[in-house]
Amino acid sequence: MSASTSDYDIDTFHLAEEPHHAEGSSTMLGFWLYLMSDCLIFAMLFATYGVLGTSYAGGPGPKQLFELPLVAVNTAMLLFSSITYGFAMLAMTNGKVRQTQLWLFVTALFGMAFISIELYEFANLIHEGATPQKSAFLSSFFTLVATHGLHVTFGLIWLFTLMVQIQVKGLIPANQRRLMCLSLFWHFLDVIWIGVFTFVYLLGMLR
Amino acid sequence: MSADLHHAAHDHAGHGHDDHDAHLHEESHGSYKSYAIGFGLSVILTAIPFWLVMTRTLTNQATALIIMAFAAVQMVVHMIFFLHMNRRAEGGWSMMALIFTIVIVGIALSGSLWVMYHMNANMMPTQDMSQMG
Repeated sequence: MSASTSDYDIDTFHLAEEPHHAEGSSTMLGFWLYLMSDCLIFAMLFATYGVLGTSYAGGPGPKQLFELPLVAVNTAMLLFSSITYGFAMLAMTNGKVRQTQLWLFVTALFGMAFISIELYEFANLIHEGATPQKSAFLSSFFTLVATHGLHVTFGLIWLFTLMVQIQVKGLIPANQRRLMCLSLFWHFLDVIWIGVFTFVYLLGMLR
Repeated sequence: MSADLHHAAHDHAGHGHDDHDAHLHEESHGSYKSYAIGFGLSVILTAIPFWLVMTRTLTNQATALIIMAFAAVQMVVHMIFFLHMNRRAEGGWSMMALIFTIVIVGIALSGSLWVMYHMNANMMPTQDMSQMG
């Protein structure tokens, strides 16, 4: 009797076998929810640009400022980085460490090229006097595009961190999970960039 | 009762674990083929809008409509081929979160633009009433 009572107590306060979830089994969904909330940040920045994007305050407009060939090259960089990250994921699935590292490195090169071109563009704009302080159009433009650029920068930092982690510990399940999270993040930034080059650059040139 | 609890808990755990494994191995990564298809489609869907705007082949309005349509299609392409979005991922919760986000983004974007456009149009200095819609 006393034994069964103690069993009962254990069951009540602490199941002998807890509902078990594999470590990290909810990480992907959690990270996806983070991306969706990030999506809302970008939606607000797009809305702000949509409202303020035609207020030039007598300053220069998109036609005078944007260089489409540069934006096209930048878009290509991001697209290439997307498919090379995909190849890294496939190499990871096959358990090939060196190949994964190689593709991650190529992805990082394209990512850095993207950031460099964007910084070059910003530097040019500011040199021409088209600073964020100039007009509401430029304020919202810099906020939107730089927020995306900042995300890519953090993605790059994350990517290099992961390369070190893979070098040290190999493709352990935790590292695979991290790679999958970064994959979502990286491709998500690509989706946001589609919005940027369409609504900011291309539609801006049509105005 | 306690045996039932044990059993239920165990079943649940086993089930969840299987789901997770299946998810890791089957759905998440795509293949060379799917990445190549996605990449090819995005190159086409990017190149045509840039070409249309750079050459001004069509009228501004037609170009604007086409590039916005292409952007929407390209976003879906990226979702499917790169983000591996489908109705089954994470037991459907990824898709639910995505749909919820799209609804919120749609309301926030269209609402902001609509309201601010009317504010802008109706609260301008009133010298020139004839141009107000």
